[in-house]
Amino acid sequence: MLQVYQIIVFIFALFALSRAILRAKESKITRGELYFWSLLWLGVLVLTFLPSFSDILADYAGIGRGADLLVYASVLLLFYLMFRLYVKIDKTEQEITKLVQKVAYENVKKKK
Amino acid sequence: MTGKKVFIVIPAYNEAKAISKVLDDLKKNGYRNIIVVDDCSSDDTAIVARHHKAIVLKHIINRGQGAALKTGTDAGLNLGAEFIVHFDADGQMRVVDIKKLLTPLIAKKADVVLGSRFLGQKAKNMPFSKKISLQLGRIVVFALYGLWLSDSQSGFRVINRKAAQNIKITADRMEHAGEILGEIKKKKLRLVEVAVTILYTDYSIQKGQSWSRGPALGLKMLLRRLLK
Repeated sequence: MLQVYQIIVFIFALFALSRAILRAKESKITRGELYFWSLLWLGVLVLTFLPSFSDILADYAGIGRGADLLVYASVLLLFYLMFRLYVKIDKTEQEITKLVQKVAYENVKKKK
Repeated sequence: MTGKKVFIVIPAYNEAKAISKVLDDLKKNGYRNIIVVDDCSSDDTAIVARHHKAIVLKHIINRGQGAALKTGTDAGLNLGAEFIVHFDADGQMRVVDIKKLLTPLIAKKADVVLGSRFLGQKAKNMPFSKKISLQLGRIVVFALYGLWLSDSQSGFRVINRKAAQNIKITADRMEHAGEILGEIKKKKLRLVEVAVTILYTDYSIQKGQSWSRGPALGLKMLLRRLLK
């Protein structure tokens, strides 16, 4: 018997997967990133339709319930992704600054 | 000023009202090399500064005080500066104090001289909340960089050429004050603090850093320290 949440997750995972594939086709993300997102969403699909599978994993990891394992793993993953974003934004900001500084110098030189 | 090449670097963001008097004061005291970095002001800061014959560098996008200081400091180095003064555009620093900060540098007793608001004379009209946040700032700076200073968030500093070449400012926004201290420690530059008087006028209090941004600032400094 399919539960409502399973249908919602199924649709969302498919949607996310299709986005990842489309982005990869446009070369907006690398092959490695495509594999990462594909694995992630396929994993989500597997766990949605075979909830007992997460219990096996949880048991293996020494955590009581499969659902708990999922929450822990998600939080870790989110933190990691946020960290990557932070580093990336910081780098981009520094590059913008460099550019702005360069423009400032060039404009002064021109005026002389 | 004793024939040495002293460059005054003033980051300015919407300071058209206040900067005129600051530039006049500087000129009256014999400082001729003035670099104003206009951090994408929406008012006439750049026009006023040019009118006062300052060298004006314009950021086409607002990048923050740290970035503006870097732009100005690098320009000073390019123009052959021996000493670079970081000065504020809002009129809360006194031009007469520059000489006091320069003295240890000219005597070759320091590479970096920081103006401290807590040595000697009391900061005039400093808001109470500011006092508290500055005390907390000292502790944060000590924990992160191992420097125990009387005033860790001072923006009034004079550095010699060697220090200017060595201090790398990568923090665009207000975290640069901490970053500069970290660089001083790392590059083993000789640091001296000198008492200065900061005039807290209504204008500068309104334009200045709000104490409520302190925690976010501390967090940013911590992140930078961890990621480097």
